[in-house]
Amino acid sequence: MSEGGLTLAKAPVVEPPRPRRFRVTWPVLLSAFGALVVLLSVTRAVTGAADLTSAGAINAAVALAVPIGLAGLGGLWSERAGVVNIGLEGMMVMGTWCGAWGALHFGNPWAGVLAGAIGGALGGLLHAVATVTFGVDHIISGVAINILGVGVTEFLSKITFAEMPGGGDSQSPPVPKPGIVSVPGIGDGLAALESGHWFLVSDLAGIVRGLLTNVSLFTVLAIALVPLSYYVLWRTAFGLRLRSCGERPVAAESLGVNVYFHKYAAVLVSGALAGLGGAFLSLVAATAYREGQTGGRGFIGLAAMIFGNWRPGGLAAGATLFGYTDALQLRRGGESVHALLLVVAILVAAAAVYQLVAQRRTRAAVISGIAAVAVFVVFALTSTIPSEFTSVAPHVTTLLVLSLAAQRLRPPAADGVPYRRGQAK
Amino acid sequence: MSDGTAGGREAGSTFADRLMGRVKLGGLLSLAAPVLAIVFAGLITSVILLVTGAPPIETMGTMVDYGLQPRPLTLALNLASGYYLSALAVAIGFRMNLFNIGVDGQYRLAALIAAAVGGAITLPAPLHVAAILLVAVLVGAGWASIAAVLKVRRGVSEVISTIMLNAIATALGSWLLNKDRLAVEVAGSNNIGTQPLGPSAQVPGIPLIPGSPLKVDGLIILAAVMGLLYYVVLNRTRFGFDLRATGRSEPAAVASGVNVKRMIFTTMIISGAVAGLAGMPNLLGESYSYSLNFPPGLGFTGIAIALLGRNNPVGIAFGAALWAFLDTSSNILQIHDISPEIVEIMKGTIVLSVIVAYELVHRYRISAGQRRVSKELSGGPKVQAEGASA
Repeated sequence: MSEGGLTLAKAPVVEPPRPRRFRVTWPVLLSAFGALVVLLSVTRAVTGAADLTSAGAINAAVALAVPIGLAGLGGLWSERAGVVNIGLEGMMVMGTWCGAWGALHFGNPWAGVLAGAIGGALGGLLHAVATVTFGVDHIISGVAINILGVGVTEFLSKITFAEMPGGGDSQSPPVPKPGIVSVPGIGDGLAALESGHWFLVSDLAGIVRGLLTNVSLFTVLAIALVPLSYYVLWRTAFGLRLRSCGERPVAAESLGVNVYFHKYAAVLVSGALAGLGGAFLSLVAATAYREGQTGGRGFIGLAAMIFGNWRPGGLAAGATLFGYTDALQLRRGGESVHALLLVVAILVAAAAVYQLVAQRRTRAAVISGIAAVAVFVVFALTSTIPSEFTSVAPHVTTLLVLSLAAQRLRPPAADGVPYRRGQAK
Repeated sequence: MSDGTAGGREAGSTFADRLMGRVKLGGLLSLAAPVLAIVFAGLITSVILLVTGAPPIETMGTMVDYGLQPRPLTLALNLASGYYLSALAVAIGFRMNLFNIGVDGQYRLAALIAAAVGGAITLPAPLHVAAILLVAVLVGAGWASIAAVLKVRRGVSEVISTIMLNAIATALGSWLLNKDRLAVEVAGSNNIGTQPLGPSAQVPGIPLIPGSPLKVDGLIILAAVMGLLYYVVLNRTRFGFDLRATGRSEPAAVASGVNVKRMIFTTMIISGAVAGLAGMPNLLGESYSYSLNFPPGLGFTGIAIALLGRNNPVGIAFGAALWAFLDTSSNILQIHDISPEIVEIMKGTIVLSVIVAYELVHRYRISAGQRRVSKELSGGPKVQAEGASA
């Protein structure tokens, strides 16, 4: 120990004044959820768009959020290990075919689930070989895998499903579906409450009924994967090592971490999760495999992950949001999404007030205020939104979130940077 | 300058540098990579064909025989001109590390609006064509400028924003292509499309291939001119130098006085403008209207071809020709009861293996260079200083 080190240690430790930081805790989360329910309830009462909080819409929202969330989780695993995975879409497409084929071939939906995961993982393996072993640029490899995934899947569906009774070149016969569960004894009571159309009570009943009844077992499995991923990535030594490969692979290697192994593992899991998302589409969301079934959901999953700032909780919130807008669009889309504009206007207005009062950022508040008024004017002047535009709600949301918050997002430091064993820095 | 230092300098370049053609590979070796990839893809395809019970050599022979007949060859050339323009648009971005995945949305929106404007106005022949091309360029550039602004002003990655903008362009397109707005019913079908272009906007074809009942789209000349322009602007102008410098090393570009943000903005817009042209050979030479069955997916094809051709205008031309040839020649497979999708697998394999092959060739060159250096070092102390710096 040197003299300098000792004096430094003796010097009074001055805690730098910590800036007040917003932290997400359980009370905050619960009150935010409560506020959202009240807001939706008010909007439903004002606009009469019953589907905003109906059990059917909520149920559909969960079902639509699952494939997006699974793809997002896939993105999370691989990007946490430093491998950008644009190929999620292609792996998901593989999953749709594998899921349907497995379920039909073995006559068991869970065989399909497993097959979907394996199919996606094969795509992941290809991505890992290209990016980790050969050091190919991640985005280019991902684009190539998307091309390849679609080609392989279309080819396979032609040579398998075309000969099956009830199937065709681009469509499989109906598949066996995983079982559906409900929390017993609450369905009828909640349905009665919901049909009353009382302020707040009926809305809550609709939301609870949508969440707890007629839920596919596959959905339960998928939702369980979110906390599981959090646990593995943030609470185990394996997860710490995996994330260190995404932050600073050279440092990880100097500590004896096998960077290649962890990257491979991450990308394989990533592909399997995307494949599960694809299998969910063909087994649960639809009744059969159809060509082009994913409709870019792999990309939306990636967007949900960015929305969630590369964290499982935020990713789940993003997936839910996108699933919800997707569900509204399917259920009297024009009316429901139009009602959502009012929610957006109120939220932006609230943000403006917060900026003015709590943060004293006048200029930002004025801009937000103008935006809120603009959204409200659009809401007041139109009566419905063309169906073509309701389908792109997730994409527009992603662009808005990115343009407003791109500076505050923090991806893993070595995300997308090629790494070779033994490189200098 | 010894070969050793050259190899050493390349070791410091990133993969992107080598892939984007910013580092020169040796003449023969740079050809070896795509040839290797195509052979490898052929092998994979043969294995798949064998597994599904089709004779691989015969199948490919049939494809080549059919593909080289005058009519399919003409069709392939027509496809290739669109592919070429799309790949050029992607390549412009690639040369400075921009991934314009949004070419797909840009060309479709541009073709739709250009077709609608072209159908609504009447002008003398050359002016009419020029007006349509101008609209297409403006729309393509305008749509790309959204991603450019988001990148420059808000730091949003162009990869994500262009993917999202593609989906939004699809929605906007299907909203516009409605009988209440830009579309009319196509005579004799239940398809809808924009008002067909008048004769003054139809570019006459060129009877390039003898014995073919079809003519080659006149705008293949536009594709060739754009390729030439791409070469001249990138390699012979100050702007092109700045662009390549920014792509190769941003700090070095800043030090030499390049405004990187403006460069990103300009490049993205030029890429979008060229992307706007990608649908024009088809629109002005064959379909004369943007309808529901306007060819989709040109943008993603462009990415694959730009990679295959290593952003070199001649290489891209070969890539576009190969892609178009595979597309048209696969039509014969259906008659032989083989799924034409086998070609999609072949294409995907080519792209994936060509990028791996470039990397392998590059690694081979580095290790060869290192071996040469170590041999020279053991031979005498003359090159020691150079060797050490490498």
